[in-house]
Formats: sequence, C-alpha cells, structure tokens
Amino acid sequence: MASAAKPDPIPGTVIFDGDMAVKGYALNKMCYSFNRAENRKAFLEDEDAYCAKFGLSEEQTAAVKARDTLALIAAGGNIYFLAKFVGLFGMNMQDIGAQQTGMTVEDFKAKLLAARG
Amino acid sequence: MARIIGGITTSHIPAIGNAITRNQMEDPYWKPFFDAYPPVQNWLEEAKPDVAIVIYNDHGLNFFLDKMPTFAIGAAPQYLNDDEGWGLQPLPPFQGDPELSWHIINSLVDDEFDICSCQEMLVDHGFTVPMSLMFPDQAKRSAIRTIPVAVNLIQHPLPSPARCYKLGQAIGRAVASYEKDTKVVVFGTGGLSHQLDGQRAGFINKDFDLMCMEKIVSDPEALARYSIHDLVRLAGAQGAELILWLVMRGAMSERVKKLHSNYHIPISNTGAGLLLLENAA
Repeated sequence: MASAAKPDPIPGTVIFDGDMAVKGYALNKMCYSFNRAENRKAFLEDEDAYCAKFGLSEEQTAAVKARDTLALIAAGGNIYFLAKFVGLFGMNMQDIGAQQTGMTVEDFKAKLLAARG
Repeated sequence: MARIIGGITTSHIPAIGNAITRNQMEDPYWKPFFDAYPPVQNWLEEAKPDVAIVIYNDHGLNFFLDKMPTFAIGAAPQYLNDDEGWGLQPLPPFQGDPELSWHIINSLVDDEFDICSCQEMLVDHGFTVPMSLMFPDQAKRSAIRTIPVAVNLIQHPLPSPARCYKLGQAIGRAVASYEKDTKVVVFGTGGLSHQLDGQRAGFINKDFDLMCMEKIVSDPEALARYSIHDLVRLAGAQGAELILWLVMRGAMSERVKKLHSNYHIPISNTGAGLLLLENAA
C-alpha cells in the first residue's frame, strides 16, 4: 500500500486509515449489512455461513466467533461498523469499552465519572 | 437576503436518543445534561429560523467504505432516518430545502470546495439526535427545513481542522449570497473528547474540552491549527469530531457572542458540550 508516512503511534489507538480500511473491508461490509433486520436474523441463524458469504479472513472469522473487539479492530474492523455487530448481542459502547480495557462495566463507568476531576 | 442568525454546538451521542425515547430525561444520570437545553430551545422558539444546516458525520448508515466522500451535502426535498442496527428508534422524515442546497453547492464548488451532492441521503443519529435536542416537539422538528452536511470521520485521512474551518467560511459566504429572505441556524454536532475503540477506550480530556469550549468562541483559528492526529491524541479517536464544530464556527462572523453554554461529563463515553452563539455586531 502506498501510504504516506504514518504519524507517531498513539498508545491503545488504531488509526483507521487506508491500510486498515483495505484489511477490514469484508468484515466492515458484513457489519454494515446489520443495518437491516433480515440480515441480523440471517447472521444469528447461521453465523459461519454468513461470515463465509462476505469472504471474511480466518483472522476475522475467529475474532467474530470470540466476540473480541480488540481482535476485530486488529483485523481491520472500524468501531462504527463493529457497533452494529456487538449490538446483535445487546452490547453497547460501554460494554465494549469495559471489554477492551479489561474492566468490569461498573468499573469502566466509574472511570468515566472520574474524568470529572 | 438570507442570513445566519445563530450557531449551536451539541454532542450527538446515540444514548441521548434512547434516553429521549425512554423518557429518562429526569433520571439523575440524565437530568444535568438535559437541563442545559431549554435556553437553546427557547432561543430557537423566539428566533424562528427557517433552515437548519446540520454539520454531522455519518456513522455507517448512508455511507459505506465503498464510496466515502470527504464532504457531502444533501440536496433532497426530504431526508429519511433509518435503522442503524443497534436499536435506536428511527424518527419521522425531515424536510429539506433543495433550492438553498443547490445554491450552497454551486457556491461551494465555485469557491473550490468540490463537495459531493446527494439527492437522496439517509440521516443517522449524528443528525437526528441534535434535531431532537433542539426541537423536542415533533411538529416543530418536521416544520423546519434542513440541509445535512456530512463530513468523513470514519476513514483517515480526515479533512484537517483548518480545511473544515474554511469550509464553514465558504458556507457562510454561500448563505450570505442567497437572495431569498431566509433565517439560517448552523448546528455543529458531535464531540467533545471521547474514544470508543482500543485499549484507550474511555479516554476523556476535560481540560482540553474546556479549552475548546472557550477557543471556539474567542479564537477558533487556534483550534484550526491542530492536526487531526493532535486531536486524536488530545481528544480521543472520536474527539476529532471537533472539526464539525469548526465548520459551524467558520460559517459565523469573526466575532461572536456566547449566549449559553454547558459542559457535562460523562454522557456514555463522552464529554458533552453545548454552546449557543450569535454573530456579534
């Protein structure tokens, strides 16, 4: 990929740039399909077939199976599309915030409150 | 002649939409947030704008990564909201103003902003949550004409803060050159600091947010000097939405008067900022 020089990394942060957008295209396309109720239903009925239909890589399929947000991001998932995926299991941004930081949801919420200073 | 009568900033977090649907505005978690809005709602009631230009970002409802415009402007008679996949209840359609949209599109391209025009455009929570906050009454919400302006905040490279500020200035010039007597309000939505993804999820930077709340009023060019990477570092991956506020601010005159403001932590994962600005004489 002929990318421009990348800026200094920011710890704990993946910049969703051209490289990631290429890597994650199939995964994000599948997640985008979850805007429609019939597609959410189809995924829940046969997850493997649904992943295969979108041509997910092994890494992506494994991350989907594990419901592992950090692994989904590493596999090219964009958070706004992943929101539609985790929504299938009733998870919101605070639930996956807790999952990604290895905290309980209560502790994650407390951390946010603590930002008041 | 058309004129911009005010600029408003507000966060557009989906959880706000859910709280409204579930009527949780009086809950202890939500009350300090919602209590800040009536002064802005009352101002809108008094000022009676004809058109709201809503600067927001699409979060994967209308646009996918197959085609990702940096700047997209609605030119439709009506804008539909739809299922975003995770349970926010869609709102009834919003009215457009194709004539003013096309005037702005022509003026922007003439001004060297080569934007994407959209005769059909689904609007997501980035647009609908601010509309619900500003116009709690459905009749008023569907009466005001709207022009959605979507800025790419999904896929880097994102447009720089300086470019967004200049886009706002070009929108300001476009409105000022429209001959029909039209009162326009501009909403800069999103922000402030938040990060949803990665091990750094939950990052909020109160000091930076408060500085932005001040500088967006008094010295927006200071904010326009940041890079996108600076904003991601200082305000979190999604805190880069500050560029949407800079579009709004660019559309206002050089000097503005702050009529109302509020800052509240946290709403969901976010530092939530509200501002009501009028052009200073």
